[in-house]
Amino acid sequence: MTLTQGIYIAIGAAVLLVFLSVMVLALTWLERKALARIQMRMGPMRVGFHGALQPIADAMKLVSKEDILPSWADRRVYWLAPLAVFIPAFLLWVTIPVARDVALANLDLGLFYIVAISVLSVMGLVMAGWSSANKYAMLGGLRAAGQLVSYEIPFIMAILAVAMLAQTLNLRHIVEAQSTFAYVLFLPLSLFLFLTAGLAELGRTPFDIHHAESEVVGGPFVEYSGAHWAVFFLAEYINTFTIAALTALLFLGGWGWPTMPFDGLLHSALSVLWFMVKTYAVILVIFWIRGTYPRLRIDQLMAFGWKLLVPLSFINIVLVGVVMFYGWPLWVLSLLSVITLAITFYIIARSAGTRMERNTVTVYNAASLRR
Amino acid sequence: MQLQQQPTEQADALDLMVNMGPQHPSTHGVFRVVIWVDGERIVRAEPHIGYLHRGSEKLCEGELYSQIITLFDRLDYVGNLNCELAFVLAAEKLMGIEVPERAEHIRVILAELNRIASHMLFYGVYGLDVGAMTPVLYGFRERERIQELFESITGARMMHNYFRIGGVKDDLPADFPARMTRLMDQLNRGIAECDELLSQNEMFLARTKGIGAISAEDALDYGITGPALRASGVVEDVRISEPYGIYDRFDFGIPVGTFGDCWDRYYVRVEEMRQSMRIIEQAMAQMEAGPIMATDRRIARPRPPKGEVYVRTESPRGDFAVFLVSDGSDKPYRVKVRAPSFANLQAFQHMLRGAYVADAVVILGSIDIILGEVDR
Repeated sequence: MTLTQGIYIAIGAAVLLVFLSVMVLALTWLERKALARIQMRMGPMRVGFHGALQPIADAMKLVSKEDILPSWADRRVYWLAPLAVFIPAFLLWVTIPVARDVALANLDLGLFYIVAISVLSVMGLVMAGWSSANKYAMLGGLRAAGQLVSYEIPFIMAILAVAMLAQTLNLRHIVEAQSTFAYVLFLPLSLFLFLTAGLAELGRTPFDIHHAESEVVGGPFVEYSGAHWAVFFLAEYINTFTIAALTALLFLGGWGWPTMPFDGLLHSALSVLWFMVKTYAVILVIFWIRGTYPRLRIDQLMAFGWKLLVPLSFINIVLVGVVMFYGWPLWVLSLLSVITLAITFYIIARSAGTRMERNTVTVYNAASLRR
Repeated sequence: MQLQQQPTEQADALDLMVNMGPQHPSTHGVFRVVIWVDGERIVRAEPHIGYLHRGSEKLCEGELYSQIITLFDRLDYVGNLNCELAFVLAAEKLMGIEVPERAEHIRVILAELNRIASHMLFYGVYGLDVGAMTPVLYGFRERERIQELFESITGARMMHNYFRIGGVKDDLPADFPARMTRLMDQLNRGIAECDELLSQNEMFLARTKGIGAISAEDALDYGITGPALRASGVVEDVRISEPYGIYDRFDFGIPVGTFGDCWDRYYVRVEEMRQSMRIIEQAMAQMEAGPIMATDRRIARPRPPKGEVYVRTESPRGDFAVFLVSDGSDKPYRVKVRAPSFANLQAFQHMLRGAYVADAVVILGSIDIILGEVDR
């Protein structure tokens, strides 16, 4: 590696860091505003226009706060854990393209790289949980380990279906393969699996079990404060952004679908914009889910993952494989996918009984009870 | 009869002891429960209470009858007016005072509004317990409307000190009927909205159906009362079985559950809000102008005759009863409060059997305890 290469890499990493930080700031603001909208509130209003500078104020607050080290904590692991969560989250973005030529490195095994790196953050959570010398943190860390590892399978399987269809692991080529039809039209089942497993990987509602406020009081992060907590927070939001970006790239056609008639710089700029619009749409869906759903219990989460998502993801692979093997037109795949998805939703909806059966409360009239 | 049965599995050395509370966000106050967990399952649980003990009952012995009302405000600090009501009813019964019609109606309207406010708080906080963050804001919106009305009537948002032995403190403000019409409209819509938001949610059902179930017999043995008892399928409401005030005049429903699980306990309360609305509507229609205080002179400085009285009322949490002993002086000889939360909490350990850590929060939430009342 020559010196110039090293400089380029350093500049690239710095640009990426700035980009991601700005995105995280935007995301926190958007989340607060979106949730506030759902909850009939205003959200932050004081700092800047409609609270636009609130994330910066928060960041400053977090950085200037005291870093507390619990006296029983395993010191080295405790300080390392935030990095172990943050670095994989950051590394993922090395290969995620924002537009056709706007990526730090366009790896041929891009998807494989993403899958491999994204697993790493589990370690950081477990480290944080263990080293905090706090029982809630440990429960949270172990929950995170169980949850993240089991949802890794449907997550990877959903990606695999896309890779099969596109015949490549290169993200740019995957997007280019979608230039006529986005994969969401062929693989709605995959999208469902990807988003659901993705939410679980992120630990967001309804799968926010490992840092459930009402149960384990923040989980692995319970003892962290100040800048170290901020690093966790940053990583969490980068991951949210990553999942949304991947959804946009893998299923919604990234910047390439529908194709834009321009070229040159205008094309690049519009591509980035188009990609961002899709990504933020997915993010808003994630926030929307957060605003409406309760949290699952750990055993329900595991059952949902292993009994429903894993078999479903295998079915998905088989469907894609069969359609490709016999060379059937792709609309057959969409049809099969939609049917499977409909059956799944029906099973989920029916598991709690019909609306009549669910209501086990009857109202007796007072007049009939009076003697 | 099964009394205080210990969990069958014994905790062993490998189980992790977790101290939930008194500073845990979802123990609803300063309640502490020590749980031993095997992985995610609770093997043993040991509740500890007393962090909010203020000696209210003893304090009552040193105060004049008229001063005790304010102490009762602070028992169930979410259903204040219902607590006040229990005490003034007890004192009135002991002294044999007739309360004017209008005062009775005001009491019923405010007590039922207070019940709705309390259940709305329960609704919102229960949403948080199961991990949904939006219901709390919807619940609080409705509660806030009621609080605002209370403020305009009693002058305080929570510690009202409004009911008096022999009537109520002030007459209602002139714009009360108009405000009530608006409020009732809003509340009807609000209750429907809240119901829509959470009750039938798949994940909410998954979290609450069949969790913390308690049979009717067990519930009766533990002395559970109120919504938690009715959820187990027992048709018992003090407003019906032992009507106080003018509750025998109203036509309303008693929601009764089937399984006594968390969902039943939750939904009984949602349904109760609708029934309270019915009571309020009828009371508003019946209410006429008139005096709001009894003309009996003795209420100026109440000195009940020597004797004792036990009065039961249906507070938002259950059978809230006051046992009052008078020795003929202007201060009570003994005041004993039968707090529903305290009795209901006894069944917590029973309900926890075989539950997960996450269930503990959901079960505790469904009992809807108020620590001010548990510890007194």
